[in-house]
Amino acid sequence: MRTLDELAEGPPHDAAPAADASVSQRRWRTTVGLKVLMAVTGVVLVTFLVLHLLGNLLVYQGPTALNSYSAFLVREPLLLWVARAVLLLSAVLHVGAAVLLWARDRRARPVRYRRVARRSATVASRTMRLTGLGLGGFIVFHILHLTAGIIEPVPFNEHDVYRNVVGGFSVGWVAAAYLGAMGLVGLHVWHGAWASLRSLGVSRPSPQPKHRPVAWLLALLLWGGFTSIPLAVWLGWVR
Amino acid sequence: MNFVLQLWRQKNPRAEGAFSRYEVGGITPDMSFLEMLDTLNEQLASKGEAPVAFESDCREGICGSCGVMINGAAHGPIGGTTVCQLYMRHFSDGEELVIEPWRARAFPVLRDLIVDRSAFDRIISAGGFISVPTGAAPEASSALVPKQGADAAMDSAACIGCGACVAACPNASAALFVGAKLSHLGLLPQGQPERARRALAMVARMDDEGFGNCSWHGECQAACPKSISIDTIARTSRDWSRAKLAAGRRSTPDRTNDSVSEP
Ligand code: HEM
Ligand code: SF4
Ligand code: FES
Repeated sequence: MRTLDELAEGPPHDAAPAADASVSQRRWRTTVGLKVLMAVTGVVLVTFLVLHLLGNLLVYQGPTALNSYSAFLVREPLLLWVARAVLLLSAVLHVGAAVLLWARDRRARPVRYRRVARRSATVASRTMRLTGLGLGGFIVFHILHLTAGIIEPVPFNEHDVYRNVVGGFSVGWVAAAYLGAMGLVGLHVWHGAWASLRSLGVSRPSPQPKHRPVAWLLALLLWGGFTSIPLAVWLGWVR
Repeated sequence: MNFVLQLWRQKNPRAEGAFSRYEVGGITPDMSFLEMLDTLNEQLASKGEAPVAFESDCREGICGSCGVMINGAAHGPIGGTTVCQLYMRHFSDGEELVIEPWRARAFPVLRDLIVDRSAFDRIISAGGFISVPTGAAPEASSALVPKQGADAAMDSAACIGCGACVAACPNASAALFVGAKLSHLGLLPQGQPERARRALAMVARMDDEGFGNCSWHGECQAACPKSISIDTIARTSRDWSRAKLAAGRRSTPDRTNDSVSEP
C-alpha cells in the first residue's frame, strides 16, 4: 500500500516487484484466509449451539432428564474437556480474526462519506461486531452463572442443574438478560450462517441475498428454542 | 431544472478538501449527470472560477472512467448504471445533491472528484491475465466451453473496473472487482492453468493495496453498474482455499515449472 507522500513523489504505477509477489503468495493471513477462519470457527460454534439447545430442551422433560444428562457429561471428562477446548480455541480464533479484520476495515476508509445511502446491508450484517461483542459478554456471564456458579441469583447446587436453571430464570433480570442475548444470537447467526457458507465458497448462487433458507432455519431454531426456556419459566409453565 | 450541489473540492492529493455549495441552472431532464456537471463547469468558467475535475471518457457506460457518490450512493440512486448513463430526470427539480469522490485509502483523491484507481491495475498485473502465446485465432470449436460457464464468465467479464464496489462497501473492500476478474478467467478453459496462482496472487495484492475485507453486506452488488454478483466473491474464496490447500500438500512451494511470467 502506498501513502500519499509516495504518491506525490510519483512512483511507477505498474506491476509490483516480483519478490514482493512471491512472498505474498505464501501468505496465509489474507482477508480471504481470515474470513475462512471466521467461517470455520463460526460453524463450530453454531454446531455447538444446536447441540447445546437439544440438551437444554430436556428441561421440558423434567428434573430427572436434565440432571442425568448433566451427570452423563460429568462422567465423561475426556469428552467434556475436549469439547470445551475446541470451543475455547474456536472462540479465541473467531474473535481474534474479527479484531484483525475490524482494524483493517477501519484503516481502509480514512475519510468518511458525508452521506451514505445503504441499499443492501441489513441490520444484522451491520451489527455483527456489536452482536458479537454482546455474545462474548453473555458467554462469560452465562458460564459464571450456570457452569461455575459464581453469579448466584439463587443458591447454586452443582448436582441440580434443573433447579439452577429454573430458579435463575424466575429472577426477572436474569430471564431478561437471557432473552436479550438470544436476540443477539438470532441476529448474529442469521447473517453469520449465510455469510459463512459464502466465505467458505460452498454457497449456491443466490440472486436474492435475503432468500437464505439455511440461515433462516438456524436463526429461528436457535432463537426460538433458547428463548422458549426462560420464557416458559417466567410464565410459570416450567417450575 | 435547477439543483443545489454540495460538491467535494480538493486541489491536490495532499490538500485538505472541503464541500462547496453551488447552484446550477438550465438543466434539462434528458441531460446525463455528467452533462449536468459540464453545465456547472461552463457556469463556473464564465465566472472565472476553477472547473470541477471529474473523470469521463466513453460516456456510454462501458469504459469505467466515471463515477462519483451521489447522495451517498455510488453512481447514483438507480443502480445498474454509471453516472454517464444516469439522467437528470431521475432527480427532482430543486433537489440538493451531495457529490463526493470514491473514498478509500487505496483510492487517494487526486483532485476534486478524481481518485487514483491504479491499485486496480496493480491487482490485475499480479495475476489477472492469461500467459499464453495467442497467435492466430484458434478454430472456434477447438476449446469447448459449456454454455453456463460461458455465460457466467461473460457476466463477470462485464466489469469495467470503475471502483463503485469499493466506494459502496462499508469496508472499502475490492472483493467484487477481484471476484469478477477471477470468475471471468477461472470459468473458461484458457484460465485453468493459472487458476490457483491467480487467486493467491490477486488476493494478496488486493490486501497489500489496503482494501478492507468482505463482510457480505452486498452493497457492492447493489452499486455495480454491471450488476456483478457477489457469488463471484464466494468463488474467490473457493479458488483461494483450494489453492492454499493444494500448496500445503506440496512440501516445497514449486514455482519453477509453471510458466507464469514474472513482471
Ligand atoms: C465474543 C463473541 C463473538 C464476537 C466478538 C464475534 C464477532 C464476529 C464478527 C465481527 C463477525 C463478522 C466478521 C466480518 O465480516 O467483519 C462474525 C461473523 C460470524 N460469527 Fe461471530 N462473534 C462472536 C461469537 C459468535 C458465536 C457465539 C457464534 C456462533 C453462534 C458466531 C458465529 C459467527 C459466524 C457463523 C460468522 C460468519 C463468518 C463469515 O462471515 O463468514 N460468532 N462474528
Ligand atoms: S465489479 Fe462492478 S462496481 Fe466493481 S469495478 Fe467492476 S463494474 Fe465497477
Ligand atoms: S464515461 Fe465511460 S463508463 Fe462513464
